Amino acid sequence: MYRYLGRRLLHSVPVIAAVTVGAFAIIVLVPGDPALNMLGYNATPESLAILRRELGLDRSVPEQFIGFLRGAVVGDFGESIIKKEPVRDVIATRAVISFSLLLYSTVIAVVVAVPLAILSAVKRNRWQDHLMRLGSMITFAMPSFWLGLLLALFFAIRLGWLPVAGYDKTNVLTILRSLTLPAATIGLFLAPILARTLRSSIIEILDQEYVEAARARGFRESRVIGRHVMRNSLIATVTVLSLIIGFMISGSVIIENVFAIPGLGSLIVEGVLERDYPVIQALVLFFGLTVIAINLAADLAYAAIDPRVRLVDR
Amino acid sequence: MTIAREVPARQERLLVAARRLRRRALSDRRWSNVALFIGGSIVVLVAIAGLLAPWIAPYPPNELNLMETLQPPSSDHFFGTDELGRDVFSRVLYGIRLDLAIVLVITYVPLLVGVTLGMLAGYFGGWVDTVINRAVDIVMAFPFLVVVIAVVAITGPGLVGIFIGVLAVGWALYARLSRGEMLVIREQQYMLAAKGLGYSTARILGRHAVPNLIRSPLVFSVADIVLNLLLIAGVSYLGLGVQAPTAELGVIVADGQAHLRVGWWITTLSGLVLVTIGVGFSMLGDALADRLGEELRLTV
Repeated sequence: MYRYLGRRLLHSVPVIAAVTVGAFAIIVLVPGDPALNMLGYNATPESLAILRRELGLDRSVPEQFIGFLRGAVVGDFGESIIKKEPVRDVIATRAVISFSLLLYSTVIAVVVAVPLAILSAVKRNRWQDHLMRLGSMITFAMPSFWLGLLLALFFAIRLGWLPVAGYDKTNVLTILRSLTLPAATIGLFLAPILARTLRSSIIEILDQEYVEAARARGFRESRVIGRHVMRNSLIATVTVLSLIIGFMISGSVIIENVFAIPGLGSLIVEGVLERDYPVIQALVLFFGLTVIAINLAADLAYAAIDPRVRLVDR
Repeated sequence: MTIAREVPARQERLLVAARRLRRRALSDRRWSNVALFIGGSIVVLVAIAGLLAPWIAPYPPNELNLMETLQPPSSDHFFGTDELGRDVFSRVLYGIRLDLAIVLVITYVPLLVGVTLGMLAGYFGGWVDTVINRAVDIVMAFPFLVVVIAVVAITGPGLVGIFIGVLAVGWALYARLSRGEMLVIREQQYMLAAKGLGYSTARILGRHAVPNLIRSPLVFSVADIVLNLLLIAGVSYLGLGVQAPTAELGVIVADGQAHLRVGWWITTLSGLVLVTIGVGFSMLGDALADRLGEELRLTV
């Protein structure tokens, strides 16, 4: 196990390095002068000089990179040029919102996908399965932002049950209400992907001997499915979720913008549109490292459960 | 006695099982045929609509008509008009044209690059393989959209950033796919024969390897088209891709968002077209994957 751990950690070193260099390189690669891009052509030479110093552009590239690394280690990315706040604080407040949104969406996705996957695995190749296949194909081809707008049109504008957009942080209930439509959108968008992958792992579980044994002991089918299949399929669910985390982050970036949720996704888009380079750099690094960490954790958890994994990719 | 009674029962059971298997195979086959037909028809129709947009669109895509703003769908304006009186149907037709063109480029240029690199990695092995494989690992660790947004942060909003961003990431999956194929192909008799005949490496790879390894990347590319279509529309919706007022499906959906209360049709109908195109390609990809006996990979 320790050998596997060591090797796996070693594997992620170049990836982490690439993410860090990539995040840093953004400001170096911007054509022209980033300070001029940010302030526009009406800026005075003095304000340009101040901004250049703030961004560290008055130093050489290696010096800038060392400064960036040093900041990254302690989580100091300087000050957001537009928001006039330390980038770390902006990210911290917004990360909480994004994280709650992702959690909420995951719950919805799992609640929708697991029963559907079981149904289509049990009724393999019957009409229920085909219907599922068609349904998942349609949701898969659906732009998430469009699905979000349709849900808003129906549940917020027609029925008036939920707010159209925005984030009301008065209390837990209003927060939950603001996050329901975005979370439902991401959840519905993830559910078919989850269900399709789960379907095949459930089919495998159904062929296992312990399921046969449970049936042989005369348990009712509902108990066999509920106890023996469900429980084992949850492990598969967690694996699939860790695999599609990149997908989830991409989805939340778009959906936060649709519903004007002040999370990290809307922050990065604002950052790009306002050319707030410190914010962009910090977020690219943050998203990259999050995905790497989750993949790593999933691999290690998997290896801990199933020793055979450690032998592969020697 | 018992044995005599059991044998027919056993045969009966086998017969039932065989019938069930047959039914299953048939139903699978039928699904695949239906998917091929429907998916293929949608793709052909959409391609024709895109190609002929300038000739079949009833109005120019950016023609303003302030006398007829926010008109609901009618026989004059199939998809209604937007807040500036532009004909949404015409805009959608031009949007299809633009989106298809972009999607073909951002799907098949990475395919070309990826297949070439994957093939070289699989054929030569050694350090070539190590370098390419590590690069694939690194690229696949990033969330796709974040890379594209990061590149757009460098280039500024617009198509150039999208092209570079997608190319930087999109090749990796194709490289992985074709490397796997190449590892198998490399050991085949015909490859050894080609080598034995003293053909040049370029000829061995181009004539003998490519035709055999290109199949699964091509099948996957049909599903990839859907992902790229959603990406382009999504990024343009965010205001980072194709810029308004250019008629692009994501831009049209975004335009309609501000008028959701008074003009549901702008967002709803243009998005519906996007979904239809996506479903068409998904079905086609699914049917092709079924036929070639490969599991369609929905997730990236």
